[in-house]
Amino acid sequence: MPLDPAFVGRTYPPTPAYEVGREKIREFAEAVRDANPAYTDREAAKALGHPDVVAPPTFPFVITYRAAAQVVQDPELGLDFTRVVHGDQRFVYNRPVRAGDRLSVTCVIDSIKSLAGNDVLSVRGEVADESGEHVVTAYMTLVARAAEGE
Amino acid sequence: MSAIVNYDEVEVGTELPAQSFPVTRATLVQYAGASGDFNPIHWNEAFATSVGLPDVIAHGMFTMAEAVRVVTDWVVDPGAVVEYGVRFTKPVVVPNDEAGAVIEVTGKVAAKLDDRRVRVDLVATSAGQKVLGMSRAVVQLA
Repeated sequence: MPLDPAFVGRTYPPTPAYEVGREKIREFAEAVRDANPAYTDREAAKALGHPDVVAPPTFPFVITYRAAAQVVQDPELGLDFTRVVHGDQRFVYNRPVRAGDRLSVTCVIDSIKSLAGNDVLSVRGEVADESGEHVVTAYMTLVARAAEGE
Repeated sequence: MSAIVNYDEVEVGTELPAQSFPVTRATLVQYAGASGDFNPIHWNEAFATSVGLPDVIAHGMFTMAEAVRVVTDWVVDPGAVVEYGVRFTKPVVVPNDEAGAVIEVTGKVAAKLDDRRVRVDLVATSAGQKVLGMSRAVVQLA
């Protein structure tokens, strides 16, 4: 069953705040082997004009991917997650994520298309800090491959 | 934000220093833990091949994280990246040996934009195949 285009525009409730820890940023930076001191050294980050260590550019996905579970596991939408691959990913930053941020994500279904039997689902995650200030928007496209024999 | 690269000293076609990023199974396990993405296609060969993949593949988001390092190492301040997007076109296949795979990334200035920003286009390949498409970053320069 193709996904129902009527879900386009559906907005999910903001997620509970994710608190960005300094050591979590360090763990992520080490995992991607990125030695930029702005991720681990507060003084280095301050010298660049940041109030605390910042996170690598793709770190927000850790938060927005968890938030998107609301969408991909929405029983009404009925996405078959076993067939899903990540098609593309884009971030538009207002500022870098930094240690101490308490971030909430609001997920919106931007589009649903059917291409060659595949469902193509675009989900936007609007990430805001505790004061409500926009931090980053993450755009994710998921492709659910057509089932065999369909 | 304080990028050290000056907009006036950059031309369309300016090349950023290219880099190579090795990735082994151990790298993928570490990335799985740090990112929370435990999909078994990134660490379990039997599972990966059962769903039609040639072998374990790297997380697309790992490749995306490596590719942008060509940009952040160039500008120094990661906060100078104002926009970054990629398309995942081919997987990075990671064999179970010491060498693993290598992701090679080049980048060049593709356009000079308003407000002292530039668009950098990145090319990421592994085993001779392009693994990212439309890999672009908009960067705030000094």
